Amino acid sequence: MVTFTLNGQERTFDGDPDTPLLWVIRDFEKLTGTKYGCGVAQCGACTVHLDGMPRRSCVTPVAMIEGSEVVTIEGISGTEADAVKTAWTGLDVPQCGYCQSGQIMSAVALLQMVPKPTDADIDGAMAGNICRCATYHRIRAAIHNAASSMEG
Amino acid sequence: MNWKLALTGVAALCLFVGAGTLLSPASVAQDAKTLKPAASFQSIANERERSVALFQEAGKVIQHPRCVNCHPATDRPLQGASMHPHQPPVFRGDGGMGLPGMQCTTCHSAENTPVVGQADTIKSIPGNPAWHLAPIEMAWAGKSLAQICQQIKDPARNGGKTMDQIVEHMAHDELVGWGWKPGAGREPVPGTQAEFGELITAWVKSGAACPAS
Amino acid sequence: MTIQNIKTTRRDFIAGSGLVIGVAIAPKFVSAAPAGVHAGGDAALAPINAFVKIGTDDTVTVLSKHIEFGQGPFTGLATLVAEELDADWSQMRAVHSPTDNKIYANLMFGLQGTGGSSSIANSYEQMRKAGAAARAMLVVAAANEWKVPTSQITIEKGRIRHAASGKESGFGAFAEKAARLTPPAEPKLKDPKDFVLIGTELPKLDTLGKTNGTAIFTLDITPDNLLIAVVAHPEHFGATVKSFNDAEARKVEGVVDVKQVPSGVAVYADNTFAALKGRDALSIEWDLSKAETRSSEELASDYRKLFGEKGLEATNNGNIDNAFKAPGLQTVEAEIVFPFLAHAPMEPLDAVFIKAADGSVDIYNGAQFPAMDQAVAAKVLGLDEAKVRVNTQLAGGSFGRKAQFGSPYMQEAAAVYAATDRTRPLKHMWTREDDIRGGYYRPMYAHRMRGAIDAQGQITAWEQVIVGQSIMGKADLDPTSVEGASNLPYTIPNLKVSAHNVQLSIPPLWWRSVGHTHTGFAVETFVDELFQKIGKDPVEGRLALLGKKPRHAGVLKKAAEMANWGSPVPEGRARGVAVVESFGTFVGQIVEISVGPEGAPRVHKVWCAVDCGVAVNPNVIKAQMEGGIGYGLGAVLFDAVTLGKGGKIMQSNFHDYRSIRINEMPDVAVEIIKSGENPSGVGEPGVPPVGPAVANAWRRLTGAPVRQLPIVNIVSA
Repeated sequence: MVTFTLNGQERTFDGDPDTPLLWVIRDFEKLTGTKYGCGVAQCGACTVHLDGMPRRSCVTPVAMIEGSEVVTIEGISGTEADAVKTAWTGLDVPQCGYCQSGQIMSAVALLQMVPKPTDADIDGAMAGNICRCATYHRIRAAIHNAASSMEG
Repeated sequence: MNWKLALTGVAALCLFVGAGTLLSPASVAQDAKTLKPAASFQSIANERERSVALFQEAGKVIQHPRCVNCHPATDRPLQGASMHPHQPPVFRGDGGMGLPGMQCTTCHSAENTPVVGQADTIKSIPGNPAWHLAPIEMAWAGKSLAQICQQIKDPARNGGKTMDQIVEHMAHDELVGWGWKPGAGREPVPGTQAEFGELITAWVKSGAACPAS
Repeated sequence: MTIQNIKTTRRDFIAGSGLVIGVAIAPKFVSAAPAGVHAGGDAALAPINAFVKIGTDDTVTVLSKHIEFGQGPFTGLATLVAEELDADWSQMRAVHSPTDNKIYANLMFGLQGTGGSSSIANSYEQMRKAGAAARAMLVVAAANEWKVPTSQITIEKGRIRHAASGKESGFGAFAEKAARLTPPAEPKLKDPKDFVLIGTELPKLDTLGKTNGTAIFTLDITPDNLLIAVVAHPEHFGATVKSFNDAEARKVEGVVDVKQVPSGVAVYADNTFAALKGRDALSIEWDLSKAETRSSEELASDYRKLFGEKGLEATNNGNIDNAFKAPGLQTVEAEIVFPFLAHAPMEPLDAVFIKAADGSVDIYNGAQFPAMDQAVAAKVLGLDEAKVRVNTQLAGGSFGRKAQFGSPYMQEAAAVYAATDRTRPLKHMWTREDDIRGGYYRPMYAHRMRGAIDAQGQITAWEQVIVGQSIMGKADLDPTSVEGASNLPYTIPNLKVSAHNVQLSIPPLWWRSVGHTHTGFAVETFVDELFQKIGKDPVEGRLALLGKKPRHAGVLKKAAEMANWGSPVPEGRARGVAVVESFGTFVGQIVEISVGPEGAPRVHKVWCAVDCGVAVNPNVIKAQMEGGIGYGLGAVLFDAVTLGKGGKIMQSNFHDYRSIRINEMPDVAVEIIKSGENPSGVGEPGVPPVGPAVANAWRRLTGAPVRQLPIVNIVSA
């Protein structure tokens, strides 16, 4: 049995310990904002925060997260999260929208670590998140906008 | 294995990660999967020649992609047997542990993690508690074994290590040891870490001579 | 295998160990199973007509006959309705319409479907009329209630007013009454000069749910007692199951059943991981006797052999043979080979089946041709079509992948469901590997180009031969193979374009911008080479040949102006240009590139001018240009599905079928040409020009023409 917190709530899981956190979140917890896109940590659609750091849930066996805190798009909050979500809606970043939970989780993590990121910082943090609609142009602008809004 | 500890507390030490590098293919053609025992080199009477031969044998490990991929010549690690740039794109960052928002630990963990039911060319995500890149001054990618040899002996380019520390690192470091248990879908480096350690020990004892080219 | 809430004592215990528990934030937790969104939206809304529902809360819900997968029809169609309805943008909502080939037909296709960048173009009048009719009905309902003449009622920003009496109301109060009125036969439409919403920057209706994780896609539908099914597919096209052993698969905890289906072997499980693990544990022997065994290289060689044979004539103007015999000519030749391309939408193909108490079945999927999916599923399930409801869901991209004649994906999904006893809801899903290896690619094509330049530096002849599969499955000329070439926009007196259809067991499909994905590249790189040969500026050279094509010329001039064409380019960089018309929309692009760290082009900037007639939603148009540029650029730089020796599919996931990433995305500037023409689409037309523009810049920067895609393969080879 694995015990962890999910968006602040304690949860346990007593199924196959190899089950990736992604499928625990989606199939068992029925939180579906976190997406499947590749299953091999190539696309970032499954990004969650694990103990405050971005993590690809598709390559995270649930056995690994005993005692950890998991935060998903449904539970992400705070100054950076608010700034990112506001910037995202302000620029209408999403197209199909499927990858955007992961994009936002990565962007929030970046701003938590680097409040005023450069373009290079954004490339560094966001290159692991694929958007097949290629909304990258607006993702970059939205992260800059979020950073600016946090200054004020 | 304590996954959590490994994920959150990966040591930021600049370890001398995996040895490794390019080795002339001819010298490994005979048996790329094993290492000749250090003792078998005693038949070479000339100490300098013996020392060079020992290092060349160790080079089968040092120049293996498992080792070189994390001793890249740029800030981007290499990946796979073909030693292509790492996908997704990741970069060195502080301590060789990635950039903010995209650290090694975003995907890698303390153990090799099996990938189930996905690409047949990705059987596992490699992992180790100390997973990180070797410092740029220890870059081996694209260098000859002779160059790497000189580099390993140079405290300015080996993390300030004495030769004893080099032996210790090669023979016992856990991240170096990952090369022999790299996870499903990945070819391990030849031999065992103990055999490799003996080769390096014998090489140092015989004067740590480097190949001429 | 369950997840349980932990009792307070346990919580306290863990809290004591230092973890933050945060009871206060616990309510964020969502435990209800996400349900699929029923087509047609909330039943409580008053249906004013087939496209408009109004709620008592004043909301106006537009029933979109087109699937929303990022290209913007929810916003676009709602804009058209809101304009004529005089609604306030804040009250607008959009949902997918039910499935009905008559009511919800794409007026360009004659059946319900999304594609060909046609959503706005075919709906422009229809949706405006739907809005105008709804407005007229609200006016009558209010006039009846207030007992005043309809001529004295005004509507502005969602408020119905009678000025003389001071009476005012929202829409909701009259929704029910309006719904009972007979709609006007020919509702009067606004003069475009009176538009207040069309042409303005409006926030998209689907952004919020896609920003907070609440938007529901097919994969997110998770009813209780759900079965998950995946199918093991072969690694060769045309292979079939010879035999299989499922003993190990059945031992996997959570695996419920294993069955052979026409496309492979299906594994049914209680959760996704068990299904994947079970599939991995199958041992299958494939029959390759009818499989494609040629490699991509062998296919290319076979394609080239057809260049010299007589093909299907698409265009033959002037006299091509004589033109090439004229004295004093310079000729330029090129052969270009295009690889198979997977669409790779972020959400792989999936569908959910739920049986109702009366035996009918609800299907939830990203249906691009919903009535076709319905017909196919009904047949496979042995039900009347009326007993099968296709509820179109938001889809995580498509790029053409979800629009298939004969719905082969639905055939598989329905067969997988049909093989169960249907007592449990079922979700069938593809993994990324199923997607990349699943065929229905942009076909492989080979082009041979020949051009003649006379002594005066005029291009006098152009011959183009195109070899590849017919997307439409035609034996004779397939217009989608030659579109963009057969109607070459440049005035060249002798023009011949022909095609050869190739039969392969690799199923072909349209891929964002269809034939223009390759013809645009071939035409725009070859004409650029001809200009370079005769020393003409690529913008000036094109403009000189576009005398009969003012809209091409318009976007090209605009892009040149945006880029300040002719101004000095930084050291180590070069610029390239291309202009392509597709789906009635004209796009000119100029790119600036250098040699990137991998030795491939690094595109720094793209200037893009688009003429799509009346710009209904400038925000959506710009987004589609930005996204189309990224999608097209990623493909020409990185992408190919290749068949290896023996015909095995070599790629499988994003590690070897690369997507463009943020660090490879250029800065993009978009300008929209002001136009009074009827609106045309924008989902696809941003794609074709970027590839040739980059290749042209690359040739000018490095001297190397791009004869084979993707570019990363030729620079790293």
